[in-house]
Amino acid sequence: MVVAVAEESRGADHARPWIDQAKSDYWQLIDTEHRLEDLYNLVNVPQAIWIDEKGTIVRPPETAGSTDHFRRMDLKTRTLLPKDQEERLAARQAYVDAVRAWVTSGKHALSANAVRANLPRITPEMAESRARFRLGVWLRANGRAAEGDRQMAEASRLYPDSWSMWRQAADLDEVGKASSPAFWKRVQALGDKPYYPPPKF
Amino acid sequence: MTKILTPTAEHDVAARDGLWMSPADAERVTGWTLKPEGMCRAEACVPLPASAVGTNEVDLAAFWARLGGPVIASDERDVWALGAPADERNATLEGLAAPDFTLPDVNGVPRSLSQLRGKKVFLATWASW
Repeated sequence: MVVAVAEESRGADHARPWIDQAKSDYWQLIDTEHRLEDLYNLVNVPQAIWIDEKGTIVRPPETAGSTDHFRRMDLKTRTLLPKDQEERLAARQAYVDAVRAWVTSGKHALSANAVRANLPRITPEMAESRARFRLGVWLRANGRAAEGDRQMAEASRLYPDSWSMWRQAADLDEVGKASSPAFWKRVQALGDKPYYPPPKF
Repeated sequence: MTKILTPTAEHDVAARDGLWMSPADAERVTGWTLKPEGMCRAEACVPLPASAVGTNEVDLAAFWARLGGPVIASDERDVWALGAPADERNATLEGLAAPDFTLPDVNGVPRSLSQLRGKKVFLATWASW
């Protein structure tokens, strides 16, 4: 069973066009408070967690099919080199194939120790960041945008590795800002660090 | 009324001077009960300093900080967010039982992960932004 969760603090209407187009028969859930990110310590989209029939996590949060090829995109034409596009699609297909193999044969499920070794460790700063984000979303939704912005900016400062927090705060500030020059500058500042760490198979 | 945002719910509570409130309200918000030995839930009790307990009231902010959870107030101190303690989140994840949640689908119907017990679940996030 696929459960797709939209991290959308602006609400369901922002996710609806994509959901309508997907015409999926699996659950499409709306997470306005980024509750799932808090519970599982997620930092970007798309990320996935694999859960077995007993409700046990068998793969920790990981990038779900996306790659860093976009970092070489031509920003004027918004296009990728054919080779990059090919590799990007191949990586996505490989991830989908891995999910299918797990469903049919159990392949790629990790041992409990391997899952634990790859769990993201939550610090008090990250926990504070989540609480400030939650307060910021509420303030914005209740007519206190400037104060909400400040809480969300502080949330992002406390958890700089959370791209979701940064991009969502930016998008609330101004639609489209989540992929603005400021975003690209922040991405390039990663240097050798991945934006989408590849899953380990 | 003071609004309190917990990781999973919103509560309106009669509080004074921050988050001083009745033990009944404190229990409603947190699930922890004030007893002589401190705030208790199931077998666990967290001792509170005398300064955090009054006559038929308790300082919820002091208790939450004692748990290790973040306590964030709005400028007017009328809305508070109580975040999950980092240690609690880490312990839950290390237990490997996927934390349950309930979220609405695009039509507003609430769905819980626990409804899917017995099936493999590929839980994935995405966003429009």
